Amino acid sequence: MSTEWYIVLSSLLFATGAMGILIRRSPVVILLCLELMLNAGNLALIAFSRMVGNQEGQVFALIVMVIAACEVVVGLGLIVAIFRRRLPLDVDELRELRG
Amino acid sequence: MLFFAGALGALGGAVGVIAMRNPLYSVLALIVHLFSLAVLFLLLSSAFLAAAQVVVYAGAVMVLYVFVVAYVGGDQESAWEPIPGQQLLAPLLGIALFVELAIAVLGSSLVALGTEGPNVAPGFGDPAAIGTLLLERFLVAFEASSILLLLAAVGAVVLAGRRTGVAVNAPGAASASASTGTPRASEPGEADADAGAAALGGSS
Repeated sequence: MSTEWYIVLSSLLFATGAMGILIRRSPVVILLCLELMLNAGNLALIAFSRMVGNQEGQVFALIVMVIAACEVVVGLGLIVAIFRRRLPLDVDELRELRG
Repeated sequence: MLFFAGALGALGGAVGVIAMRNPLYSVLALIVHLFSLAVLFLLLSSAFLAAAQVVVYAGAVMVLYVFVVAYVGGDQESAWEPIPGQQLLAPLLGIALFVELAIAVLGSSLVALGTEGPNVAPGFGDPAAIGTLLLERFLVAFEASSILLLLAAVGAVVLAGRRTGVAVNAPGAASASASTGTPRASEPGEADADAGAAALGGSS
């Protein structure tokens, strides 16, 4: 399978994730959609690394996985903190910091 | 053919994530998506990343998600829409983004895009090769990411795990248990059990 198939699939997944972030309002699902976008980026990195024949793109993808894990941990911590303070879990209602 | 199976699974999982009403089902759809992506990674001869994807992502991170969704509860989103037509505009923007990305990638005159890439040695992307790269050439990035993981773990504990966060909410909790009709002046040791019983009674 040539590289462009992977790249097109990756951009399709990225667009799906972006669409999900725009549509959904629950913070948990928005975090999941962020995962989708990060994984689409990973797929593109690995496809390009295979296309060039160089393994360094895979190391980049590994670091992206680490970043994604950090983001998940902090995001879920925020969600638990919001839930404990009995605030609504809806990104449209959490607008206190809005200017 | 394996590519199409993987691509179908990945796309179906992605659509499932944004289409499911219950967040728990979204998490399960994301697990399907991650497994399909691991298959694609294997096709791209990156065995170590496929294993890391399954073990770390689909294993550990998703368990975290499942726990948080079970703790928070899968409540329905309200129908209130602050931006009129948001449900309509968002898919249009997503399609526009995809078209733009496709134009950017396919319009770039990269000749190698149409090929599968050069033939690689059997050891391409196996744990030994990735480990050598990670510990020699990318040592700084490796150490920085480990510090970042530590900071994220500490930050999450500070955000979510402090008992003082519960103590701040103690008046609210007390009034909630009082409203359910269990006004019992008990010892501090029994307070937690009472709160748990009240929560159970409230949820059932």
